[in-house]
Amino acid sequence: MAEMNKIDRSLLEAVADLHKVPEGAYNIRKNGESLGRSSSANIQIESKTDKPGIDIRVAPGTKNESLHIPVILTESGMHDMVYNDFYIGEDSDVLIVAGCGIHNCGDQTSQHDGIHTFHIGRGARVRYVEKHYGDGDGKGGRVLNPQTVVTMEENSHCEMEMIQIRGVDSTLRDTVATVGAGAKLVLTERLMTHGDQVAESNMTVTLDGKDAVTQVISRSIAKDDSRQVFHPCVIGNAPCRAHVQCDSIIMDHAQISSVPEIRANDSEAQLIHEAAIGKINGDQITKLMTFGMTEEEAEKVIVEGFLQ
Amino acid sequence: MLELKNIDFHVPAANGEVNEIIDNLSLRLDTGKFTVITGPNGGGKSTLAKLIMGIEKPTAGRIYLDGQDITDLSIAERAKLGIGYGFQQPPRFKGLTVRRLLSLSHGSELPVDECCTYLTNVGLCSADYLNREVDTSLSGGEVKRIEIATLMARNLRLAIYDEPEAGIDLWSFTMLIKSFRSISQNRHESTIIISHQERIMQLADDIIVLADGKIKEMGPKDEIFPRLINQVNSGCSFRGGKESVKNG
Repeated sequence: MAEMNKIDRSLLEAVADLHKVPEGAYNIRKNGESLGRSSSANIQIESKTDKPGIDIRVAPGTKNESLHIPVILTESGMHDMVYNDFYIGEDSDVLIVAGCGIHNCGDQTSQHDGIHTFHIGRGARVRYVEKHYGDGDGKGGRVLNPQTVVTMEENSHCEMEMIQIRGVDSTLRDTVATVGAGAKLVLTERLMTHGDQVAESNMTVTLDGKDAVTQVISRSIAKDDSRQVFHPCVIGNAPCRAHVQCDSIIMDHAQISSVPEIRANDSEAQLIHEAAIGKINGDQITKLMTFGMTEEEAEKVIVEGFLQ
Repeated sequence: MLELKNIDFHVPAANGEVNEIIDNLSLRLDTGKFTVITGPNGGGKSTLAKLIMGIEKPTAGRIYLDGQDITDLSIAERAKLGIGYGFQQPPRFKGLTVRRLLSLSHGSELPVDECCTYLTNVGLCSADYLNREVDTSLSGGEVKRIEIATLMARNLRLAIYDEPEAGIDLWSFTMLIKSFRSISQNRHESTIIISHQERIMQLADDIIVLADGKIKEMGPKDEIFPRLINQVNSGCSFRGGKESVKNG
């Protein structure tokens, strides 16, 4: 694998908890090029020939294997676009750790648009973790626009955890999923914005088969002058169940708009949504201060707990 | 020893006048005592507790802990001196687990077995609660018991419990009360409990009756408690006082 510098290592640690070369299959992309790649017996990674990106094929029946595909951008003004397609074989069970870290010291905008398409086979189980993070003291923007498309076959199970903790100036997140009979999709989104950051997240989950289930959990904190817009939509086309929960903490001069939508096209569809926006309750701060914390420490504990 | 000298807590009323929530109140609580503060609703009990914790600041008067003037200290500074306060209506925290809350209270990460002891002591099956979030999925009684456990998880010089019985069903309350005094005295040098419950008053060394922001009565339990019970019995016809006998 190519040489990594201190910035590369700290970005990889922030987005993929990587302290060294990961075990199992991996592909590490830096500034639009591969920094290192390894396939395993059951997980094959190949470059696309028609556009930037990779095809990942997980063999049917693969158990307890992991795949790491972090992306890092350290060149100011870089606009990286990548298409990653995942073919998850029947009855397999894998952990996929993605994520993008941008370090921008320059004045030009650095942007990464990742389009991830998942084809999840019957009975397969996938856990997908995606972290987004930005740092660097340049004036250039750090922009991340991920698109995630998921197709789940019968009785498959997928948990997706998408986290953007800090440093991303602008993000437009689009997630579209179709869930087959007996399959379950759990989408968890955790987002924190600060400064002048802007984040928009659109999710559309279509429950297409009998007993399809989805749970959408969105927790966000908007600080300073940042703005957030959420539009989670669940469509029930069959006897199915969905629970959408959006919780936001608003601080300072931030603005949050939460527009959950549930749409039933079958009389046996049970769809629930809850949405709440509020500031940190003064009693919570006071309670933690009675443990000996300052107001700032108490606020930090509440924010961290909320995004946990 | 906790000493309050000439404490006033006045707030402006809507009609331009002043509400005297606490009115020129002085008291001394000796170290090692288990004191119950009781009295009618709106009499100033919770305000008094909040003044001691520093959540409210008195408009006049001074507060001393073992001779140190703590009147101008913040909540956190008083907490560090060993004062703890259990809320009457504890706040809930999305994302914070019971174990994390107990650890935050304790001041360092608590081992599982220690957390379990505190939870068992307040009548909760620890295995069911350790990793649960202290959010709206818990009932009022569960949150209240966890609140008591957060105080039990600390070695305090002065622990203040604001109506610990509120929201806890009577059945489990009886269980809780049996061990309350001994557990509290193991962990805390002195304890103040605000309560309306006879059973809690019976645990006390001293009882203070607070009404209209003033101390109405104060003294050893054996002296105050029988008088309180008499007052209640003679003042309420449903308790079988004179009126009810006459009319019945």
